[in-house]
Amino acid sequence: MAQARTDIGPPLYKEMLPPVILENYGKWRYHEIVKPGVLVHVSESGAKLYTVRAGSPRLISIFFIRDICDLADKYCDGYLRFTSRHNVEFLLSDESKVDPLIEDLKAMGVPVGGTGNSITNIVHTQGWVHCHTPATDASGIVKAVMDELFEYFTSMKLPAKMRIALACCLNMCGAVHCSDIAILGIHRTVPKIDHENLHKLCEIPTLTASCPTAAIRPNPKLKSVDIKAERCMYCGNCYTMCPSVQIIDAKNDAVSIWVGGKISNSRIGPRFSRLAIPFIPNNPPRWPEVVESVKKLVELWAANAQPGERMSEWIERISWEKFFELSGLEFTDKHIDDFTLAQTTFRSTTQFKW
Amino acid sequence: MTEAKKTPLLDELEKGPWPSFVTEMKRAAAANLSAQDLLGQLELSYEDKKAHWKHGGLVGVMGYGGGVIGRYSDVPEQFPNVEHFHTVRINQPSGWYYNTKALRQVCDVWEKYGSGLTNLHGSTGDLVLLGTKTEHIQTIFNEVSNFEEHPMDLGGSGSNLRTPSCCAGPARCEFAMIDTLDLCHDLTNEFQDYLHRPMWPYKSKIKISGCPNDCVASIARSDFSIQGTWRDDIKIDQEAVKAYVADGLDIEGLVVSKCPTKCMSFDGNELTIDNANCTRCMHCINKMCKALRPGDDRGATILVGGKAPILQGAMMGWVIVPFMKLESGSGYEELKEFLEACWEWWDENGKTRERIGELILRLGMRNFLRGIGREPIPQMVVAPRANPFFFWWPEEVIQD
Repeated sequence: MAQARTDIGPPLYKEMLPPVILENYGKWRYHEIVKPGVLVHVSESGAKLYTVRAGSPRLISIFFIRDICDLADKYCDGYLRFTSRHNVEFLLSDESKVDPLIEDLKAMGVPVGGTGNSITNIVHTQGWVHCHTPATDASGIVKAVMDELFEYFTSMKLPAKMRIALACCLNMCGAVHCSDIAILGIHRTVPKIDHENLHKLCEIPTLTASCPTAAIRPNPKLKSVDIKAERCMYCGNCYTMCPSVQIIDAKNDAVSIWVGGKISNSRIGPRFSRLAIPFIPNNPPRWPEVVESVKKLVELWAANAQPGERMSEWIERISWEKFFELSGLEFTDKHIDDFTLAQTTFRSTTQFKW
Repeated sequence: MTEAKKTPLLDELEKGPWPSFVTEMKRAAAANLSAQDLLGQLELSYEDKKAHWKHGGLVGVMGYGGGVIGRYSDVPEQFPNVEHFHTVRINQPSGWYYNTKALRQVCDVWEKYGSGLTNLHGSTGDLVLLGTKTEHIQTIFNEVSNFEEHPMDLGGSGSNLRTPSCCAGPARCEFAMIDTLDLCHDLTNEFQDYLHRPMWPYKSKIKISGCPNDCVASIARSDFSIQGTWRDDIKIDQEAVKAYVADGLDIEGLVVSKCPTKCMSFDGNELTIDNANCTRCMHCINKMCKALRPGDDRGATILVGGKAPILQGAMMGWVIVPFMKLESGSGYEELKEFLEACWEWWDENGKTRERIGELILRLGMRNFLRGIGREPIPQMVVAPRANPFFFWWPEEVIQD
């Protein structure tokens, strides 16, 4: 077999574009949402490109990929794309093929939606399927939550769009920290140190430097380290550096819920998500408490936000104190920051609401 | 094939209307022993409420220091076919556009040498092939990089440039003010060495959005967030504005009153915009894309420092370059010089596992700006300092 060709870079995107796009590249004039899951982009030339957006579980088999390729061959001259939120998008130049494609997708059990004022697919991480530091699973919670919120994927009846994301630990390879609702796996206990093996497996200066709160000190006597329990915030970065400081604790690892983050600049600028629920136990296979909490937050926002208001805009209008009152969520010492952003969150005014 | 183990917990996740990853795992498992053992091991994780993967593991291909993530089961005696279960990252084409031939040939390779399971796509943007044995890794790379059509390369991992990604761009979006697809492809090719051979303090990410809607979440998810923008006036088609009103759009309630700088007004007949006070948030253009379009003097704002919480807390990118021209096909020399200057400063000063945003906070923005040769301007901050402790450079004070 031929040797690998190195440094060739990604395949050229131009080879992946259907003729209607090549002819109208950079010439799109406007777009409309025809119905949930269907967009039409209209070119300066009058040409039209239809997009059918379909949900996917992200963790998919080659058989699923071949199925969607069959559909793209049948309806889209062999072209399709994926979105940054794991949706599949079929690109059509012939409007008459849109509905037959949707019928075929329905028959496959693949939902169409995720456009406009909807809840689109949940960006998420690997979880127990393939990660070595997770505090919870990813795909299982996402499946259970999307089952419950399914009607909001296939319709556009919410006040604005809602973006939900899940990361199974603080490493956040799913970077959920600017989402309308973030589901985040958390560790809650100090890592257990394997003093016997630590010096064989880990570099002590790198390990002590890996701690954001300076909780890890060398222990020269044991050729190991000690962890000041009262300083540790359970981020797990030390475990990433060293397998002998075990952060995984199945009895205590859990899920937290964060709200009011945003990425886009439209109206108000980007926002961090903020802690709403510090602790929900891991309850596989369907995490009913997480599902219920997310659904309640979605429906509370939907019932109270003005048209066009994202979660963050609604909460900022009514205030966080009112958010806790309306949601009935308990406000605890966990909600008050004591890390790098703490001072930006304390209130220095006599203005507040009861 | 041996008979698959029972998975009563995971079977619960085949219920309900959303497409099931468990169903996908079972489809793969029907034809593949490692997918079958993955299913079994995941069921065990659902019983134990924890992952069953050992810590880390270094594997790779000849000539590269990244692109493959080592993964080993911690219960290999129970699930021998996932004893090694490594991930291969394939660099996706710009904007995740594919033709079916390109995707099918990856599936065929993965059917031969892997579990048959994938992520489309991973969080950074790569096409992720999930689960293969150590002895197949080089073969997979040999085969995908020698495809006659659409040959493919590995993506980034470790302390290197991670695979850049971009939005749908001008191929499918009227808001794209830069050619995100061309720019992403160009930068990825320009910096192949940084992408494949880790040589930095930690990872560095580039994400490119065509407009301030930022559909690839670049401000939160990348060290270098490149977002299309414009400097001149929003173009208004007054006839199209009237058509929106005639169609029943609540222009006052949903557009004008939502403008963050209150720079718009509508007198019932004509829409006016005080462009000097517009901060280009995109809201009015999003809502009335038939009537309003960004101006023609287009380029990008570049924000530096975004990242997830590890280590010093979550950060969003900060404006460092308010506007840079990025003409499609131009070679983007100014941008490349900017990136090289930032990486050089970071590489020289950064500690192990310190992202550039954290280094900027540790050494101060003034040192960063001087290090990369950029002048401070008010657009970089929301407000000037209120803190009366501040530094002077030696040349700014009278020396004895």
